[in-house]
Amino acid sequence: MPREEPAFKIKNSNLPVLILHLKTPDLEQVKQQLETRLKQMPDFFAHTPIVLGLTDLADAESALDFVDLLAFMQTNRMHAAGIQGGSPAQQEAATKAGLGLIPTTPQRPAPIVETEQAPEPVPEIRPAPSPHYVGPAQPDLPGLEIEADAAPAIPPEQPAPVETRPTLVIDKPVRTGQRIYAEGANLVVLAIVNAGAELIADGDIHIYAPLRGRALAGARGNTAARIYVQSMEAELVAIAGYFQVFDEGIPDTVRGKFSQIFLEGEKVVINPISSKR
Amino acid sequence: MPKIIVVTSGKGGVGKTTTSASFASGLALRGNKTVVIDFDVGLRNLDLIMGCERRVVYDIINVINNEVSLKQALIKDKHCDNLYVLPASQTRDKDALNLEAVGRILDELKESFDCIVCDSPAGIEHGAFSAMYYADEALIVTNPEVSSVRDSDRILGILAAKSKRAVEGLDPVKEHLLVTRYDPKRVAAGEMLSVDDIQEILRIPLIGVIPESESVLQASNSGTPAIHLEKSDVAEAYRDLVARFMGDEVPMRFTTAEKAGFLKRLFGGR
Ligand SMILES: Nc1ncnc2c1ncn2[C@@H]1O[C@H](COP(=O)(O)OP(=O)(O)O)[C@@H](O)[C@H]1O
Ligand SMILES: [Mg+2]
Repeated sequence: MPREEPAFKIKNSNLPVLILHLKTPDLEQVKQQLETRLKQMPDFFAHTPIVLGLTDLADAESALDFVDLLAFMQTNRMHAAGIQGGSPAQQEAATKAGLGLIPTTPQRPAPIVETEQAPEPVPEIRPAPSPHYVGPAQPDLPGLEIEADAAPAIPPEQPAPVETRPTLVIDKPVRTGQRIYAEGANLVVLAIVNAGAELIADGDIHIYAPLRGRALAGARGNTAARIYVQSMEAELVAIAGYFQVFDEGIPDTVRGKFSQIFLEGEKVVINPISSKR
Repeated sequence: MPKIIVVTSGKGGVGKTTTSASFASGLALRGNKTVVIDFDVGLRNLDLIMGCERRVVYDIINVINNEVSLKQALIKDKHCDNLYVLPASQTRDKDALNLEAVGRILDELKESFDCIVCDSPAGIEHGAFSAMYYADEALIVTNPEVSSVRDSDRILGILAAKSKRAVEGLDPVKEHLLVTRYDPKRVAAGEMLSVDDIQEILRIPLIGVIPESESVLQASNSGTPAIHLEKSDVAEAYRDLVARFMGDEVPMRFTTAEKAGFLKRLFGGR
């Protein structure tokens, strides 16, 4: 018998995935607030796999109607991949509704409060409390919280696969509301990245213009990934899921300067690049 | 080739309808057969600013529903020969402005007009998307404030990614920045963004600057597009805009505060 080519291959991976962290067992309230969110940002979830985070609901008595929630999500172009956490009863109901059970991510070391000014001349910026970053603040929507879990399920010491695809080159402005993802590749942007825009790459990100939005390199956990930016004005930068926001402004040492951003242990480091070298 | 031009911004109240009326009038005055379409179903403002609200019998949704022909719904402008208005409906369903139906109307209009100006509603959904989807060129109306610039940026992103030209891989929509309600004094005082600030963020070519002026309100109350006003900065600024759109080289005006005259400086005053 001739040997058949394998029709599939099973690979371990850690893909970036959004976690919809439920804060209340009242799914009607959740749906209502999701609807509000979807009105503001119709494409926010479009076709992105979503994990329902139930860790806060493990003690909830009432049963969760996953079938109804899934139907709602489907009509809104949201794709639930599975649940994380929850009580045994909730997990059973979820699997019956066709959802997968996703193991909880290991906890990271205790948080260090961010935006403490780093010592000069090399500003070392502490990573945020956990490798999660919380989506845009929505003070009027207390019932749910959306996390983009860019954290590797396996600790980041495990090197991610080498980026193999050709570099993605963007030569037009990346504007508010736009998101560019260089899957399995490096990303080069030759035009401005405005506030409210988002760059994501599994490899490095180079921006030869001001970065005013967000940039997330090594999105699948490559801790060696770096970001190079001609003028550092970002809202957020992240390497392999460790992120830094700048709600108190960008440190003077790098603001508006040619900079590189990399990970040192669990610290996001932002250094100016001197042109005199 | 007939051109479809969308007047859009994302944000409301920045001067889209004011601009649509004056821009369409200016194009008509320069000999282009022009139609201006109100996409703001539910608000229906354009006919008021054009001063034809009493002559609205049918609207764009009647046309979409095949209740009347386009010809029956078009209203001839009272100021210019070459100009027609296609009004929006005051009451009907916004969802009627679907892409397919709008595409059909635009195709039919292209047979008899040189310029089709689409006055977009605020936001990025429904009417706003239908208004911009078929555009060949776009006037991005922006006020000198951060929230307006941010919304314009978002609209530019949508034009670049989701318009018909983008989806079909044709030449991109030609983008023009129009700064309106510009008050050089407040800019000089640091209360508002300057034209340079706005361009630094949006990075598209500037086609005009329309000054803030009380005469705009008078014009709209009397149903006369501002471009027809006599001795008015706003009228001149809109005429400059049209001239630049037609390819003339016209230097930018109204971007700097007038120097106070000697007497004014001596005796104060504003
Ligand atoms: N250049 C200007 N100076 C002063 N007021 C203006 C100017 N342009 C527009 N306005 C006023 O701003 C308001 C909103 O204008 P409108 O054209 O209806 O905006 P939009 O269509 O973007 O909602 C109106 O009251 C209008 O009179
Ligand atoms: Mg309007």
